[in-house]
Amino acid sequence: MTKTLLSLSGISKQFDGKAVLDELSLTIGDGEFITLLGPSGCGKTTLLRMMAGFEHPDEGTVTLSGVDITLTPPESRPLNTVFQNYALFPHMTVFDNVAYGLKMEKRPKAEIAERVEEALAMVQLEDFTKRKPHQLSGGQQQRVAIARAVVKRPKMLLLDEPLSALDYKLRRTMQVELKRLQRELGITFVFVTHDQEEALSMSDRIVVLKDGQIQQLGTPREVYERPANVFTARFVGQTNFFPGRVTKIEGERISVNVFGLNRDLRKPSFRVAMNQSLHVLLRPEDIRVLAPDDTEGVAGKIVERNYKGSTLDSVIELEDGSQVMASEFFDEDDPAFDYSIGERVRVSWVDGWEWLLAEEGDEPLTDEEELAADDAEH
Amino acid sequence: MMQSIKQQPFRAAVLVLVWGWLLFLVLAPNMLVVGASVMTRNPSTFISLPLNLDAYRQLFNPLYLDVFLHSLYMAALTTLICLLIGYPFAWALSRVEKRRQMLLIFLLIVPFWTNSLVRTYALKLILATNGLLNSALMSLGIIDEPAQLLYTEGAVIVGLVYLLLPFMILPLYSVFEDLRQDVLLASHDLGAGRLATFKNVVVPLTLPGVLAGVMLVLLPAMGLFFVPDILGGSRNLLVGNVIKNQFLDARNWPFGAAASIVLTLTMALLMFAHRLSKRRLGEEGA
Repeated sequence: MTKTLLSLSGISKQFDGKAVLDELSLTIGDGEFITLLGPSGCGKTTLLRMMAGFEHPDEGTVTLSGVDITLTPPESRPLNTVFQNYALFPHMTVFDNVAYGLKMEKRPKAEIAERVEEALAMVQLEDFTKRKPHQLSGGQQQRVAIARAVVKRPKMLLLDEPLSALDYKLRRTMQVELKRLQRELGITFVFVTHDQEEALSMSDRIVVLKDGQIQQLGTPREVYERPANVFTARFVGQTNFFPGRVTKIEGERISVNVFGLNRDLRKPSFRVAMNQSLHVLLRPEDIRVLAPDDTEGVAGKIVERNYKGSTLDSVIELEDGSQVMASEFFDEDDPAFDYSIGERVRVSWVDGWEWLLAEEGDEPLTDEEELAADDAEH
Repeated sequence: MMQSIKQQPFRAAVLVLVWGWLLFLVLAPNMLVVGASVMTRNPSTFISLPLNLDAYRQLFNPLYLDVFLHSLYMAALTTLICLLIGYPFAWALSRVEKRRQMLLIFLLIVPFWTNSLVRTYALKLILATNGLLNSALMSLGIIDEPAQLLYTEGAVIVGLVYLLLPFMILPLYSVFEDLRQDVLLASHDLGAGRLATFKNVVVPLTLPGVLAGVMLVLLPAMGLFFVPDILGGSRNLLVGNVIKNQFLDARNWPFGAAASIVLTLTMALLMFAHRLSKRRLGEEGA
């Protein structure tokens, strides 16, 4: 990682006696795109507001470039925020909105005009300077909010679910735009979202949060392919959880019994014992659906099929009643590839594509988390 | 047209009611006042022909001009005091937890259930020479002998502020309710301190409420004739007293009507300014 820009250490915060952040520590590097991901109520917005200076921690310190800014008011921090509902000044034109921060710095008029122009050009709104916010579409208001925040050339841009109010297509466009802006400006972006897809596609690193604590901190690939715990695995993407039992431990390999089959797997990083129960995690795209007369895998039947354009997503019910999600790409050899409901198949996966997790005390997911995870998928 | 009225009897009834109301209870009386103001005073029939502008000319009589200006001054002072109390009050009110907010608004409205004349008499009892306030001050040893509180300009102002303060607070409360917290945070985030945020964001965004409050206080403050009657003595007259006196005592209807029209026009001017300020905020387009 490059040099540290912002570091939070031992941050705790309570609202009405309820802990929102619990001794959380996090270091953010200069120039990175870091995403705070989690269900609502996980503390991600509070954490962002603490960086902005809108909230102060009950305990812990916030340092920016080595300077303690824990109690520094927002107006004295070289960071700017893009708010969830844009928070544009309704009585000012687009120009005045963007110029506001520079006027507060008492910059000369000519410089203000030039820099506002430049910022608006960056978000392709240079022809809208005289409009009022209510005369703009949601996407345009969003761009004004971004221009207003970057015009001051902050060390860090804080984005609080900035795309959540936009429709799907516009959101995709803005995701690309934001990435481009970040590359061009070279400043650190801290992005808050509950949308795991958005987090995976945009971030250099993802901080997965739950109940005010960091569940996992890593690159999108690490978080998706090697989730640290059951929560992360369920929250980020879809996952099949197969119950496994250790039947043999031999050097770096172990044998795990899954659905009555013994699979020879790599030994995980956590400690395993004979007969221990563990989770074998497989993403739907890691599942292989085989012909019913295949010798490999477990028998089952198709109970659901969804055509997704580039993939065919199916749910297979095994003989013991458990369900397996599979997602297969269409390939050019067999464009008519499809399943019918009730079709008999066998299910397997490619060795080495599984991920093992120890069982945790607090499973399964509560309804609330289930909802939050559902929410994040849409 | 007839077809659509037949098809929508309810809509037709509402329209007739509204237009009838406006025509007979708003437009007609006002036209009568305008009519009276351009006629000639007549001791036996109150008004008579010929038409002339004598009543308006009389408004410029230094004696009445003085009354008008003093009345305007007292009303303006009342409005200013209401604004100074009402603005922070409304701001605080909008920041209070919702359930307590309802209670506070309820307390603000409760006095309306008692006739304002009665409440003004109650105020008189408090301010009188041997009234509650003087007794309290004397028993606390702050003053040795009763102070002259009643029949002063101060008493009239106190009375007007007391009666009109809710009319300032309610429209202000409504604009503060609409004032979004994140817009204030955005201002801080962009480098503005409390004072700059107040000046550049809070004041412009609450201006329609200020103007609405001023409208609701300033005009009645010039017309509430019973307040000077009860609390003010003879030197602290309002325009409302002049109008009342012309109609009931001096029997000069044209002059009373002309004075009342000046009040109405002032109101119209304020409403126009209010509209302009709202348009500036772009609320009409939104």
